Amino acid sequence: MRNVALILRRELASYFATPLAYVFILIFLVLANAFTFYVGDFYQRGQADLRPFFLFHPWLYLFLIPALTMKLWAEERKSGSIELLMTLPVKTWEAVLGKYLAAWLFTGLALALTFPIWITVNYLGSPDNGVIFASYLGSLLLAGGFLAIGSCMSALTRNQVVAFILGVVACFVLLLAGYPLVLDAFRGWAPQTLIEAVASLSLLTHFQSITRGVLEARDVLYFAMLIAFFLFTTTVAIDLRKAD
Amino acid sequence: MIKTEHLCKRYPSVTAVEDVTFEVQPGEVLGFLGPNGAGKTTTMRMLAGFVTPTTGRASICGHDVEREPLAARQCLGYLPEGAPSYGEMRVAAFLEFIAELRRLDGARKRTRLDYVTERLQLSSVLDRPIETLSKGFRRRVGLAQAIIHDPPVLILDEPTDGLDPNQKHEVRTLIDEMAREKIIVISTHILEEVEAVCTRAIIIARGRIVADDTPLQLTSRSRYHNAVSLQLARSDQLQAARAAVAGLAAVASVEVSEREARLTALPRSGAMILQEVAALAASQGLQLKELHLESGRLDEVFRTITA
Repeated sequence: MRNVALILRRELASYFATPLAYVFILIFLVLANAFTFYVGDFYQRGQADLRPFFLFHPWLYLFLIPALTMKLWAEERKSGSIELLMTLPVKTWEAVLGKYLAAWLFTGLALALTFPIWITVNYLGSPDNGVIFASYLGSLLLAGGFLAIGSCMSALTRNQVVAFILGVVACFVLLLAGYPLVLDAFRGWAPQTLIEAVASLSLLTHFQSITRGVLEARDVLYFAMLIAFFLFTTTVAIDLRKAD
Repeated sequence: MIKTEHLCKRYPSVTAVEDVTFEVQPGEVLGFLGPNGAGKTTTMRMLAGFVTPTTGRASICGHDVEREPLAARQCLGYLPEGAPSYGEMRVAAFLEFIAELRRLDGARKRTRLDYVTERLQLSSVLDRPIETLSKGFRRRVGLAQAIIHDPPVLILDEPTDGLDPNQKHEVRTLIDEMAREKIIVISTHILEEVEAVCTRAIIIARGRIVADDTPLQLTSRSRYHNAVSLQLARSDQLQAARAAVAGLAAVASVEVSEREARLTALPRSGAMILQEVAALAASQGLQLKELHLESGRLDEVFRTITA
């Protein structure tokens, strides 16, 4: 775990060594609040909860998370530093996990900085803070899922723009797996069980079930497995193609 | 000890390395020579465990690089081609990061960091981001990270590329000092470097080993080996001198440079012609500026072997 911690620390420091960290956090906070107040009608609804705030998180993450993960591995390949990292006494999974956790911790920080809206809603009324807490957790899990997908896409290419586009598309498909947009592609030829299996992969369904305030084991398990699967795939991709 | 057995690396369209077998013992400094694209870097990458061989095996200090990758990497200091690093990091933070991944702690870490900083003259740039450094400094940062854990085996891909003559000299002195107890493999296309630091040279062309010898033995393969070169004070004596030298039985041929008023007499195989040429010059009354015995030209051997 020492190696994971060392790589995590280096990655996190590198976010703040460039404008990336500040730009990301600023844009995230501005957009999250703009959506809440202007699109979500935070005041007009007259309800003391944060539903309009969390409603837009999946769509914010859809573009912001791949922008964060596109460099994870593609940049290492491009600059050649992957040759340095992969010839140090470090296991591939340690590097994959260290980089992933750094990105997740960073996203968690951005999410934590939205606390003024929580203070606001508590000042204006008496919301169900249990639901808000569950929603924050759901948002963090959703970000974690997107980050794992983005990490995997970044491991497949040395081109950051390609990594970004692959990341957005993969996140989008998994996000809407339970909706007609994706399911219609399967209807007509796939057996019903497959369609149901695809539908059950929907990130949005699981996210919404958590933000309703019900923290079910199966939703948490779903995110854990999704993250584990994509991190495993990242490790395999790096192992097989690190020198390409 | 480094050992490779029949290493091959084939890509769908090209064979990069074909049947490379060699061993390196402690105290040896092995120079990898070869034209660009000959397979030097691919071979070094296979030794470092970055590229997986298609067939064949490599081991470092008895650890197979594929089956015991971590143990092999622990014994190894590696400078990849182009000395890549994390550009946005500051030099001090980068070296500390590598030292910690190399399991150096506390006082030992401090000592080693101070040592590499001093040896590679990095103290003036410790606080600068690596991407703002000159090519020479970046190369030295790469060298510093390779030797920071005092490994028994060093693999350095073009360690002096981009350095000025003073820095090259420093790096060669460093390699010389470390050579006594370590195994060092360097790749270079600077031939004088091989003569300066290597105890052994392997020449690779088109993925195969085409020569494996000491630099001295390699230069003796040159047709200039034991050739005699003489420069005349008066260029009007050049034609006469040429005819006289060419007339000697042991001389195979004579090359002339009109501009320098220089003759180079190439001996028939194995012949020593210095005495004869010197005697001839005296008897013919040639006025000499210079007379010397050539040991051979490595660049000429290199071209002959790899062409």
